[in-house]
Amino acid sequence: MWWHRCSCVPLRPVYAEFELSLTAMGAKPSGRNVQGQRVCQRRPGSQGTKMEMPLWLAKGLYERKRRVLSMELPKVYREGWRTVFGADPTVVDLHKMGPYYYGLGSQLLHFDSPENPEIANTILQTFIGRFRRTMDSSQNAYNEDTSALVERLDCLERSLFKAGQSGLNSFQLWEKGRSSHLTASSLVINYRKRKITDLQA
Amino acid sequence: MSLLTLRRNFFNVHVITTTKIYRENCLRWYIGDLASYDFIPKKYRHLSATNKFTMFCEKAVELIRELHRMGDGQLPAFNEDGIRQVLEEMKALYEQNQTDVNEAKTEGKSELIPSIKFRHSCLLRNQRCIAAYLYDRLLRIRALRWEYGSVLPTTIRFHMCAEEMEWFNQYKKSLATYMRSIGGEEGLDITQDMKPPKSLYIEVRCLKDHGEFEIDDGTVILLKKNSQHFLPRWKCEQLIRQGVLEHVIS
Repeated sequence: MWWHRCSCVPLRPVYAEFELSLTAMGAKPSGRNVQGQRVCQRRPGSQGTKMEMPLWLAKGLYERKRRVLSMELPKVYREGWRTVFGADPTVVDLHKMGPYYYGLGSQLLHFDSPENPEIANTILQTFIGRFRRTMDSSQNAYNEDTSALVERLDCLERSLFKAGQSGLNSFQLWEKGRSSHLTASSLVINYRKRKITDLQA
Repeated sequence: MSLLTLRRNFFNVHVITTTKIYRENCLRWYIGDLASYDFIPKKYRHLSATNKFTMFCEKAVELIRELHRMGDGQLPAFNEDGIRQVLEEMKALYEQNQTDVNEAKTEGKSELIPSIKFRHSCLLRNQRCIAAYLYDRLLRIRALRWEYGSVLPTTIRFHMCAEEMEWFNQYKKSLATYMRSIGGEEGLDITQDMKPPKSLYIEVRCLKDHGEFEIDDGTVILLKKNSQHFLPRWKCEQLIRQGVLEHVIS
């Protein structure tokens, strides 16, 4: 592959529930809108207001000293789910429990919760527990429908699965002696397919 | 936006409604009464209506989603409009922050600081999204040089903006200079032989009419659909990659 997806921006809105505990938040909407008029707002309430915020916003506003935000962990990282992961990580449908389980979990460690060591350990052990199955299935599912294998995987595991599949396919091509077979580039094929469907539409 | 986005995520619900407002009156700082909306997922109804932030940076993420939708390295049209909107949003945020910072400094109003930080986070997020969008497009354009060759089909060229075209030309030039500098006198074409070659001459079949084709010793070959030829490998490689010829292995 000559390109790689720039995977630094998660595409589904990633959020967690955050508890606001700062009176100053009430003063926040004192800005003006584009037209320069003062927009009349209701005060969102002071201490202890629960709000939902995207992760990037919470990271930007978080301050350890002044305790602007305190974070409530999403369900999957809490005690209950941690015991489930401890018991058997391979059973869990990680795609449903938030497709970015590992990524979001690593980011949540930023917020200095007292449970951080346990969360970190759980995430690591979950990955270790599930990895073998992912690798195994990706290396042995040749030329078949893999949707059943992939559907319970989180995004990180899916990219690993894809890498495994591409390695497997290349190896099989080599075994058949087709590694020197020149082919049209995949871009060209896809582009032509799209053109045909556009014409048909 | 379809109802499919109205999932369990309340964040999304708010996005849908505020996007409508964006269209009328872009960038209104809004903490509003969500009771007026028809659909609030049950699990969020306990949360007070006034607890949601307006959705800045939504346009920027939409740009990224657009790129993500076109998988496999396809290049969608350059979303000039989208970029312009995000830049306008950033400009407005920045100006608001400037005034607030001056106010805070001169009058010592430290309670403006959270809103300054909020706008700053939004600015950083927008910047990150735009940078990711532009960079991913550049990576795809770079791949085009290796897959399509030096001359791109017109439809793809329409999808690139002027700066990207400029970048592509510079990249071609750098690559050509490099290829000339290695491999002795005539240089070395590293875009050839992407797969290990097994023979000097290969059997090819024509997939579409391509007109006349001259090979090194001067012979001219007419490439008509479904005709088969025995040609030197290095001449055909480009055409095979473009889908004009097909490598036949007996």
